This record gives sequence, C-alpha cells and structure tokens, in this order.
Amino acid sequence: MRILIPIKRVVDPYAKVRALPSGEGLDTAGLKFEINPFDEIALEEAVRMKERGEATELIAITIGGSECEEQLRKSLAIGADKAILVETTSALDPSAVSTELAAWAKELQPDLILMGKQGTENDENQTGQRLAAKLDWPQATFASKIEKLASGFQVTRETDLGEEVVEVAQPAVITVDLRLNEPRYIALPGIIKARSKPLERATPKTALTVKVKTRSYANPPARGAGIRVNSVDELVAAIAAKGVL
Amino acid sequence: MSRLLLIAFDESDLNSCGGFATALGLPYDALLLSGNSTVGGEKIFQAGLTAIPTADTVAGLLAVFVHTYSHVAFVSSMRSKDLAARIAGILDAAMITDAIGIESPTTFLRPMVAGAVIATVDAEPPVFITFRPSNFAPAELTAGTVVPMGIEPAPGSKVVKASAKTAGRPDLSQAKIIVSGGKPLKDAATFETVLGGLADALGGAVGATRAAVDTGIAPNELQVGQTGKIVAPNLYIAAGISGSTQHMAGIKDSKVIVAINKDGDAPIFEVADIGIVADLFDVLPQLQAKLPGARS
Ligand SMILES: Cc1cc2nc3c(=O)[nH]c(=O)nc-3n(C[C@H](O)[C@H](O)[C@H](O)COP(=O)(O)OP(=O)(O)OC[C@H]3O[C@@H](n4cnc5c(N)ncnc54)[C@H](O)[C@@H]3O)c2cc1C
Ligand SMILES: Nc1ncnc2c1ncn2[C@@H]1O[C@H](COP(=O)(O)O)[C@@H](O)[C@H]1O
Repeated sequence: MRILIPIKRVVDPYAKVRALPSGEGLDTAGLKFEINPFDEIALEEAVRMKERGEATELIAITIGGSECEEQLRKSLAIGADKAILVETTSALDPSAVSTELAAWAKELQPDLILMGKQGTENDENQTGQRLAAKLDWPQATFASKIEKLASGFQVTRETDLGEEVVEVAQPAVITVDLRLNEPRYIALPGIIKARSKPLERATPKTALTVKVKTRSYANPPARGAGIRVNSVDELVAAIAAKGVL
Repeated sequence: MSRLLLIAFDESDLNSCGGFATALGLPYDALLLSGNSTVGGEKIFQAGLTAIPTADTVAGLLAVFVHTYSHVAFVSSMRSKDLAARIAGILDAAMITDAIGIESPTTFLRPMVAGAVIATVDAEPPVFITFRPSNFAPAELTAGTVVPMGIEPAPGSKVVKASAKTAGRPDLSQAKIIVSGGKPLKDAATFETVLGGLADALGGAVGATRAAVDTGIAPNELQVGQTGKIVAPNLYIAAGISGSTQHMAGIKDSKVIVAINKDGDAPIFEVADIGIVADLFDVLPQLQAKLPGARS
C-alpha cells in the first residue's frame, strides 16, 4: 500500500500570533515554523502502518515556497520514504491546494491519502474533503483510530455527539484528529538518514487558482481585564452582580 | 440571481440560522435533512431522513440540487464541515469556514490562528459558508411552503456504529451556563461529581480542555476550543484551566468568564472577568452551596 501524506508548513502553533499593523499579513518575525501538528499525526500514523507491514511506501508532499524544504526534511526524518516540494510563491487556498494535490494523486496513485483535518494557521478544515470530492474517493474525516481492512479501512471518527465508526474502501482520503496518536520524538539517526532520502522539487501541474482571497488581517478586540476576588463569598457576590445566573 | 440556501441537519441547526439569513439579507430557502419544521425560508425542502448518511454518499446529489443558489450556508459543526467542503469540492466553489461577520454578500470575516487574528476575505459566488451562530443577532426565520424531497445515498463510506445524542444536560454550543474543567480534575468520576454537580445545580452544561479529554477525564464531545466546540454562554466557569490560546479560541465570546486556578500567573486570568486564586476542589462545592438559584 502506498500512502500520500500532504504536509503543510505553519507558524508555531504554540506562539502568540498577531496581525501586522499594516493589516497585510501575520507578524511572524522571530517565530518558528513547524509541520502542521495534525499532519505530523497523519505522518506518524503512516509510519506505524509501514512498521506493521501494512504500507510499503510513504510519500510526503507540500505545495509552497522553497522554505518548506525544512518541514519536508523533517518528514523524511520522521519516516517518509520520499518527499515532493511543488514549488510556488502564489497565495493558496483549499481549492487551489486540493486541485493540485488531486493532479499528483492521479499520477502517484496512492491507496490512501492521510492528512490533517485542518491547518492550525488558517483553521480551514476543507482540503481533505475537497480532495476526496475531486478524486471521487470515499472520505473519513476527523479520525481518532484507523484499522486496516482487507481492502479498505475501519475508521473511528470524532463527531459533534462523540464518536462514529465508519468503513471506507480504498483508495480513500482520511483526515486525522489530535487523538489518533502521539507523534514520536525524532532521533538523530533518522535525521542523518533523511539527508540521503530523495526530495524532489517540482513545478505545479495546475493553475493554482484561488477562490477565496484574503483582503486584510486584524487583531480582535481584547477582553478587558477583570477583577480578582479573595474568598468564595466575594466570588458568589461578584457572579451574582453580573446578572447571568 | 442571488439567493441563499440554508442547509440544516435537523431543527436545532435551523434554530440558529435566522441571524445569519437576516445579516446576509438575500432571499432564502431552507433544506432540512431531518425534522419537519415549517419555518426556515420561502421554500422548505424536507428530506425527512431518520439517520444522516455519510457526507460522501449524499454530496453528489446535493451538489446538483444547490447549484442554482449563489450562497449555501450551514451552522458550523464537525458534520457541516465534513459535508460542505465535499460539496464545494465537487462544484469547485469558494468556501468560508466559520464566518463570524458579513461585510457584503461577497466579503466575510473569519477567525484564524485559533482566533488570534480576524481575516477579511472576498469570495465570488457560488460560495459555501459555515457560520458561528453566536456572532449573529438572533432573528426569526420566515414561514414557508413545504416541499418534500427524496434523498437516495450513493455508494461510499458506511457507518458501522455511532454515539447517540445524550439527553440531560443542555447542548454545549447553545448552553447559557457552562462549567468547564481541565487536567486537574483527575479522572472521569471526579470530573462528573465535581463539575457535573455544579453544572446540574445551575442547569448548565459541562465542558473540558483537550488535556482533560486526552487523559480520559472527559468524553471528546465536551472539548472546547480551536479544535473542539465554540461556545458563547452568559457564564463560563473555568476550573483548573490554564488558558491556552487553543482553549481561549472557543470561549472568547462568553459574556462572563470566571477563572478558578491555583496559579495566580495562569494566562486564563488575563481574560477572566472574575478570578480567584484557589483550589477548585475547595471552591466548586462551596459555589454549589452558595450561588443564588443553585439547587444543591
Ligand atoms: C493543534 C492544537 C489544537 C488544540 N486544540 C485545543 C482545544 O480545542 N481545546 C483545548 O482546551 N486545548 C487544545 N489544545 C491544547 C492546549 O494547547 C493546552 O494543552 C490545553 O488547553 C491545556 O489544558 P489544561 O488547561 O486542562 O491543562 P494545563 O495546561 O495542564 O493546566 C492546568 C491548570 O490547572 C491549574 N490547577 C492545577 N491543580 C489545580 C487545582 N486543584 N485547583 C485549581 N487549579 C489547579 C494549574 O495551575 C494549571 O493552570 C490544542 C493544542 C494544539 C497543539
Ligand atoms: N500547501 C499545502 N501543501 C500540502 N498540504 C496542504 C497544504 N495546505 C493544506 N494542506 C493539507 O490540507 C490539510 C487541511 O488544511 P486546511 O484545509 O487548509 O485547513 C492540512 O492538514 C494538510 O494536510
């Protein structure tokens, strides 16, 4: 089984991010960039499938600028066999990314596309579903458990009400949630080995046309500082005074 | 011609649609996948499903059905993101996730980076939108003509087992009072007695942090935050919650936030309206006994 793992580069998910005063973008000066945490979980799952003998080849793919090489090298260190950087400096949206990924999926013919449910920078949660639609493959989103079946997967999904177990035939798109696994720590031998793994630079196969354009970025109004109380009786009085009970 | 279709999974979705439809200001119809409401728009298409099929089995049919509309909107939820993005993908249409404001029928506001930044985005119709109801002033939906509609799912993913809606506490996304807890709640039984007890006494819902869910203290449907539920109660009591940006992303629209935390430097105090530096195991039982209106 061949698995394709789309990897998105995002600003450090634990950093406090602000909009630039000009409103033209995010102020990322001095901030680290990482593999989108959901994609790292997807990659970890793929590596475990390979370790169990369920998968044979893991291909990581990123659409973005040359700076994304850093995240692809890390993906190789985690356990991807090969990485593809589809180089572009264009602004992207889930429509453009899913169209491009679909073109690559048609060429590479994976049995499974395993990817994050959302990018922590844009929080869009669209690309996996759009990609599955374009390929006309079944989808299982928000996975918290994946089991290989003879010719498909049994997936436990996180839902609004709790959980749901679905079966999908392969090839399929599965998007992953945070509770699927705990990604491994990358050991030094993996980093060294990754240097000799193939990282292909490619040009986009599609026009990368966006459907949604971001006009400006702003910081939301901050909540005003509140009061501190020193006893439970004061707390009860303060809550009662707000008239929300 | 510009026209909005609201797609509701059930009537609880429809209850949250009035504010959005009014703010968008276009003529509108509704498609109700289950339930039999007669308010919802000029036309109310009733699919009358008893169980909602998986997204990939109905998206193709819905893509054909919605293609005459300029705008197709859903209440933001995991099920709507699953379905809306699949239909948008088939039609290669624009999609706005988690709209929180409308500047014009082609310009919307949406949060990003866990709500730390608000983006203003432009999209040419047809546009799919999932919106957060708490950001739109409540308004009534029009009563309309009911049009029965058949939905025949195509082959695709199959549901083997699903959690059912649990009766009892109010739904998190609609609750007026939420008592929420984090990792210090120790285990499921403690969480249920200490937080559940106060929530029940106040007629409220319970919520949890990701750390509490990950460690099995609370079930995943109670997770509040960037990747969980977005809530906007009148009162949010955060007990033993540090106040990570990811958690804050889900509670910022609460009217009053109360923080109970042993650590006076916890970031939750930067956003709390009322804070107390104390042990939650001391404070919560006392609140249950002392808050006016609480049933003990
Ligand atoms: C991509 C991504 C998405 C995420 N999405 C979410 C999300 O949707 N929702 C979410 O909540 N988190 C999310 N997180 C996790 C988030 O970063 C934090 O790890 C999490 O919110 C911390 O939970 P906590 O406050 O329960 O635990 P901690 O950070 O461990 O805080 C516990 C707090 O309890 C206090 N405390 C301890 N004992 C007591 C006591 N007896 N009485 C009173 N106070 C006490 C401590 O002082 C501390 O402040 C996400 C993380 C990532 C990377
Ligand atoms: N530029 C990109 N390159 C590769 N994969 C991407 C890119 N953008 C998004 N993705 C994938 O799509 C998922 C969902 O992202 P989004 O729909 O943007 O929230 C991510 O977790 C990635 O797996």
